[in-house]
Amino acid sequence: MNIELLANLSYIVSAALFIFGLKMLGSPATARRGNLFSSMGMLIAVVAGLTAEGIVSYEYIAGGMVLGAIVGALAARLVGMTSMPEMVALFNGSGGAASLLVGWATLYGGGIDTFTAVTILLAILIGGLTFTGSLIAYAKLAEVMNSAAIVFKGQRIVNSLLLVGIVYASYQFCLDPGPESQWLYITLGLALLLGIMAVIPIGGADMPVVISLLNSYSGIAACAAGFAINNNILIVAGSLVGASGIILTNIMCKAMNRSLANVLFSGFGAVKQSKAIEGEVKPISVEDAYYLFEAASNVCFVPGYGMAVAQAQHVVKELGEILEANGCEVSYAIHPVAGRMPGHMNVLLAEADVPYEQLVEMDDINPRIENVDIAVVIGANDVVNPSAREDEDSPIYGMPIINVDQARTVFVLKRSMASGFSGVDNPLFFGENTRMLFGDAKESIQGVISEFG
Amino acid sequence: MEIIFLIFILVLSVFLGFELISKVPATLHTPLMSGANAISGITLAGAFLASGMVDNEMGKYLGTAAVAFATVNVVGGYLVTDRMLGMFKSKKAGGKK
Repeated sequence: MNIELLANLSYIVSAALFIFGLKMLGSPATARRGNLFSSMGMLIAVVAGLTAEGIVSYEYIAGGMVLGAIVGALAARLVGMTSMPEMVALFNGSGGAASLLVGWATLYGGGIDTFTAVTILLAILIGGLTFTGSLIAYAKLAEVMNSAAIVFKGQRIVNSLLLVGIVYASYQFCLDPGPESQWLYITLGLALLLGIMAVIPIGGADMPVVISLLNSYSGIAACAAGFAINNNILIVAGSLVGASGIILTNIMCKAMNRSLANVLFSGFGAVKQSKAIEGEVKPISVEDAYYLFEAASNVCFVPGYGMAVAQAQHVVKELGEILEANGCEVSYAIHPVAGRMPGHMNVLLAEADVPYEQLVEMDDINPRIENVDIAVVIGANDVVNPSAREDEDSPIYGMPIINVDQARTVFVLKRSMASGFSGVDNPLFFGENTRMLFGDAKESIQGVISEFG
Repeated sequence: MEIIFLIFILVLSVFLGFELISKVPATLHTPLMSGANAISGITLAGAFLASGMVDNEMGKYLGTAAVAFATVNVVGGYLVTDRMLGMFKSKKAGGKK
């Protein structure tokens, strides 16, 4: 049996392991084992890759792997759960960069026909824009740069020109492909620029969409690299990742009732409120909040990005346990776009040891929200804004929300009366059954806990 | 003909991907993403070939950089996913008190 056949057989095994791994991600009970399966698949693929013909020197490979492993392991160890979106953004970027580099390096192998040239180009293009796009997404998430949408006049024209330029440069490159072609560098430069231009007009609250999309791109780039070097496993694994990212993107868009094009091309920036909201805000003290909690038999927490910022997940869980001990039913309702990436809130609450059975999705909680005595909104705003349901002129009209306003009582934990990310006023705050608990979310909840104490 | 085979593989795995991923519950979307990140580090298998070529300096450097980036994805992705999934606990399993 020759080595190449053996390598290809191993690729089949590792593809099967990836698929099993993803399947086991279908339930929290098996997910961890699924991840282990998937990593074994990777190990097999890597070992098989190392046996490939034509590798003469292993020094550079070893050097690159050691360096990458150290960086990856440190990052995975040290990252806080709150910063997970930034981390995933960076990983997307590094995946894109790897595909770009593989495509580029393949050019030096020589003997490139047109089909290979096209796939190399795709790997470079998609990899390049994933790389810079992810860096910008990282910068926005980590607040290194302003997370608001950056929109300027003529932006669409600039982007269109950029696209035309890429198409032209790519065409020129494919006519005469080679590592010395100046069109290669022009295409690369434009792709990197496109990544930046594509992400700057997208605001912080739309980040779940962008991260999912970049995740998908990093897979598609790997897939293109697979075509460039004729490698099955790259194509299989890359398309699995690509499909996963696209599904998540779609879920996120649906959860905001916006099309992908709308998210990508129009900043959520300057919206005008059609109706001024009238009403009175009713603040509540920690002590009064405690009395209501004490009497409640069904409490539902609705977390948002503000909970991550305040690092309030641990105290929330503590309060949840006290309430349970008090004979109260506790659940955590999570909107699909709460936080800065898909599933962000779930991970934070899992970190705080909230059992996953208590985490419920929007569609599960809404039909029974009327039985909830107290809905506690922590750092969420747009995802609980009733104007999405009622006010046709609202910019977020049509977005599915968690109907906390239909609960018997709503507590809103909030620093001040500033409006949410989208700049839309929230009539929830003026609701008949709403009580505002002003102050730092963590301190407020700690206050309630000590009242129980 | 080879191209057709590769495209065949592509189309089938895209469909398979859609089937598999749409069954993942919202709770696990973050680990799903970081796990997918790890899988996209499969580029590593391709990067070996590029960095193992000795006849061209530039190609070797590019390939080595690709190896490093892809390894970050593989190692970092799997470790962080494992760390996250380790936090998801069932009530019945007990977890920490």
